[in-house]
Amino acid sequence: MTILKQEIRSQKTATLIWSLSIGFMIAVCILMFPEMKSQMSDVNKLFASMGSFTQAFGMDKLNFGTLIGFYAVEAGNVLGLGGAFFAAIVGVSALMKEEHGHTAEFLFTHPVSRVRAITEKLMSVYAILLIMNVVVLVFSIVSILAIGEEVFWQELLLIHFSYLLMQFEIAGICFGISAFLTRGGIGIGVGVAGFMYLLNIIANITESAKFLKYISAFGYTESSEIINNHGIEVKYLLPGMVLMIIGIVCAYGKYTKKDLR
Amino acid sequence: MSKDPAIETYELTKYYGKIRGIEGLDLQVEKGDFFGFIGPNGAGKSTAIRTLLGLIKKTSGSAKVLGYDISEEKEKILENTGYLPSEIHFYSKMKVKDAISYSAALRKTDCSKRAAELCERLDLDINKRVEDLSLGNRKKVGIICAVQHHPDLLILDEPTSGLDPLMQKEFFSILKEENENGSTIFFSSHILSEVQAYCRSAAFIKEGKILLSDKVGKLEQTGAKKVTIRGDVTKENLTGLSGITYTEENREDALGFLYNGDIKKLLTVLSNENVKDLTITEPSLEEIFMHYYES
Repeated sequence: MTILKQEIRSQKTATLIWSLSIGFMIAVCILMFPEMKSQMSDVNKLFASMGSFTQAFGMDKLNFGTLIGFYAVEAGNVLGLGGAFFAAIVGVSALMKEEHGHTAEFLFTHPVSRVRAITEKLMSVYAILLIMNVVVLVFSIVSILAIGEEVFWQELLLIHFSYLLMQFEIAGICFGISAFLTRGGIGIGVGVAGFMYLLNIIANITESAKFLKYISAFGYTESSEIINNHGIEVKYLLPGMVLMIIGIVCAYGKYTKKDLR
Repeated sequence: MSKDPAIETYELTKYYGKIRGIEGLDLQVEKGDFFGFIGPNGAGKSTAIRTLLGLIKKTSGSAKVLGYDISEEKEKILENTGYLPSEIHFYSKMKVKDAISYSAALRKTDCSKRAAELCERLDLDINKRVEDLSLGNRKKVGIICAVQHHPDLLILDEPTSGLDPLMQKEFFSILKEENENGSTIFFSSHILSEVQAYCRSAAFIKEGKILLSDKVGKLEQTGAKKVTIRGDVTKENLTGLSGITYTEENREDALGFLYNGDIKKLLTVLSNENVKDLTITEPSLEEIFMHYYES
């Protein structure tokens, strides 16, 4: 597990910054909730009149006057986008950085098989995402308790679990892309995450584009659906996990045969 | 120890798309040898080394390192090999001591005692970040990573670039010690004087192929002689002779060249010219190098 430890150590600062940033933003939103609660009936009316914008973010199915409803929309934006971008960056740089930083020549002239390196790097990507999500979850729980509200455990854990799976999917796809690149991967990774987010918004707005939820990693993170159905939509989750596996298989397929610079 | 050569390649070929890296490379390096791999830029030295170490896949041919096949038994090769690339890079923010211990950890060995000794000999501050080091000092870190586990084979790609003369001396003294303890040393270089000074065997590579491979002593006696003539002799006077390679900037009063032809014919031609002085000596490795690459 030498490579795994080294990868986690090298991403320590980035993980800390992203975890604290996302956690802090969610905490700020939660701490604002008591003040906003009294004005929520007006806010709900406002959102009801915003048509497709309301649908795009799933706000038509949530009650903003409750902490669950408020949290679902706000966490969807902060943890959803922030987590997706972080997962994309960590995933896409995992293999690419060895050639980009010219360290492949150092690493792969030690008795380390490519399969071992890929496996430990993949494990490190998922370990880093897990750490980030645990930190964010702790921020959320502490903030909810700080404003004197009761923690809605089942919904909270389900929402966060869906985001974790979404990050795993994006990281897996970007990990596969990483094997083909030697530089410039961050833009591609962020592009993949942004594209997935956009697909979900289009799917939410247009009924005829609903099928895009099968492609978008955000399809199964719709908090309104999770709260109302008390679970994650498996029909959207399964294609996502298949895409993740394809990404990982591509990473092994390409990187084990690649000429390293 | 098995009697397999340390390095053995047969028709080893690597193409990058349509671009030639090495072509039909036949090379043999005996165990315990101190071997110089000589060639100009783009000759295929680094490609050959990177193919042997499994960083790039061969296009055709075969090769064994320490008796292990480069395609099938790469990890066994790397377990027993130390490698110093021509330009070494480490992970950013890593300290010298972290880079050295990471290298040892990847080999699952504890080399801390040997590493500390080498750091002292090479005058290296282990608490500095590698990215803050000069090229020469980064190279020292690379040397320690390559040597600390006492490998059976040390492969070094232009190892002395960036090292000052004192450090070069210390570096070769470390290599000699490793060699005396049984390690095979294989290093590529442009600097022929160091190959001549330290290597027992050498090979010339040109356009991806081995031109010549032998003991350094024999290479120095290839039959070509270094001829220097003082007097009124010009290149035009020698046009009838074959086997001449002009290797140096010729002065007005002297003509110097390597001669690989019939010495009687040369003397016959010169006997008709106004020769004030004539010296015929064994050429240096550098002059032989020039002879092969310019002819």
